[in-house]
Amino acid sequence: MQLILEAIREAGSRLLSPDSDLLSATWRTLQVSGTATFISLLLGVPSGVALALYRFPGRIFIVALINTGMGLPPVVVGLFVMLLLWRSGPFGALELLYTPSAMVIAQTLIALPVVAGLSLAALQSLPARLRLQLQALGASTLQTAWLLSREARLPLLAALMAGFGAVISEVGASLMVGGNLRGSTRVLTTAVVLEASKGNFASGIALGLVLLVLAYAINDVLTRLQQRGRERKS
Amino acid sequence: MTAVRQTVLEIADLTVARGEHFQLRVPHLEARSGETLAILGPNGAGKSTLLEVLALLRLPDQGKVSFLGAPVRGHRQRLQFRRRISLAMQDPFLLSGCVIDNVALPLKLRGGNREEARQHARFWLERFGIPHLSERQAHSLSGGEARRASLARALVSDPALLLLDEPFSALDPPSRDGLLRDFQHALTPHTAVILVTHDRSVALSLAQQVAVLAAGRVQQVGSTEEVFRQPACETVAELVGLETILSGPVTACEYGLCRVEVSPGVGVEASGESVPGDYVTLCVHPEEVTIERQSDPSRTTARNVFDARIRSITPHGPGRRVEMECPFPLVALVTRRSAELLALKPGEVVSASFKASAVHVFPSRHAHD
Repeated sequence: MQLILEAIREAGSRLLSPDSDLLSATWRTLQVSGTATFISLLLGVPSGVALALYRFPGRIFIVALINTGMGLPPVVVGLFVMLLLWRSGPFGALELLYTPSAMVIAQTLIALPVVAGLSLAALQSLPARLRLQLQALGASTLQTAWLLSREARLPLLAALMAGFGAVISEVGASLMVGGNLRGSTRVLTTAVVLEASKGNFASGIALGLVLLVLAYAINDVLTRLQQRGRERKS
Repeated sequence: MTAVRQTVLEIADLTVARGEHFQLRVPHLEARSGETLAILGPNGAGKSTLLEVLALLRLPDQGKVSFLGAPVRGHRQRLQFRRRISLAMQDPFLLSGCVIDNVALPLKLRGGNREEARQHARFWLERFGIPHLSERQAHSLSGGEARRASLARALVSDPALLLLDEPFSALDPPSRDGLLRDFQHALTPHTAVILVTHDRSVALSLAQQVAVLAAGRVQQVGSTEEVFRQPACETVAELVGLETILSGPVTACEYGLCRVEVSPGVGVEASGESVPGDYVTLCVHPEEVTIERQSDPSRTTARNVFDARIRSITPHGPGRRVEMECPFPLVALVTRRSAELLALKPGEVVSASFKASAVHVFPSRHAHD
């Protein structure tokens, strides 16, 4: 008990006067997870929308793949990206292993199936005949996709939140492809692992709290956006 | 001055498969400007599939579809044609946002400028009596208001072909009648309307042409008057609301008058040509059946006079629907006033009569059973 109280007190004082390590890990977390979420949004939402609206050979296979991907263990993704980026691997020449870029790649692979799968579900939750209505009002293929996505924007925001949540909290892949290098690829989750393994529980708690607050703040903004839309809708 | 009616959409020898077991077949259908064609059919008749074909959103497996004289083929051309078509359905499907933006949407989809589109939208909101709702959130409208907005949206693009899928159903009668009236006023003479419905009263009040669809087949196409007066088969007769449908062999036929034995020893006389021995189906229009306390042969010219026992009397719109047995089942529609004057009561025996010309005869579908 004494240990925990002591740790929490110390964590509080570290948070009040943050050092450069804490700030850099926080900034790196936002940067890596934010970029990864943004890329998976760019790729995942259109794929989800396309899978919801069009029938083509292999579609079921892709959907099953995405559904599997939604539960992909980050360490497996980490291992896979690591093999690809390894010095003698297919993309070794790019020298990306143990850089923030490698972490962005890994986290994008983790978030992409989540965003695509939930976007697909979001579009499929719309009434089936709404599409017929829009097309029959003269909407082109792209216009139809855009209008339907706009109608599904609340569940699409949920897809965004889930994607961001998956990557900001993940540690396995970041550790493997980033290497937890101080000031470069150290993010909040990998820092927690390191501090805890060294027995620095106070630092661990401080980092964990920052992570929680960060995740909460971002989801709070998104939730407000989402629920404001809902009120307007009803 | 009457505008020249132009063929807007024409389909010929069309077949569309839906799933493994359903096939839609339409030999010929034509929508002309200034005219409303009702496609009347029960649930599962293939109306939704046909609607997709009519909206040029589904190409037929076989057959020809032409729009304003040109055959419909490629994707790019279809979008061009689709932009001269519009649709309003039972579910108004308004998008989130304010009413006026919803109504202006078709113009914006066609690349129209926002202010102009809104101006047009305002005009149509006024035509449908809801200009005061223009800034309201679309999802806050009542059912009737939303239906009005959706019809305004369907007309804002000045379509050559307007498709309607039950936009008048599931509304309370006053709202429905008001909407029907406003809609008819709003129609322009160069628009062809195709109304898909299972409700014969809407078809009757709006359509000049009716196509009856059942089990994926067009059973009959003709003027509303013709289809309702002279159904081509039993399925159509049932759909247009004829309840007295009888069948039997023709026992005699001369001078355009046939006698059909509808139950042993009971004959009904009908105008029409047939051959004795033929098995036919006939239907009697309920509003053409006269009920009297006692038959007076000197006063009626009706060929068919029966003693009928009243089985039930139920309100039917402004009148009364009288079900009788004579001994075949016969349904009559009488005014409330005559039902009261005659003091009709269930169980009583009255005299029911109808003219041979009130009977419509067609070959029975059981002819070869």
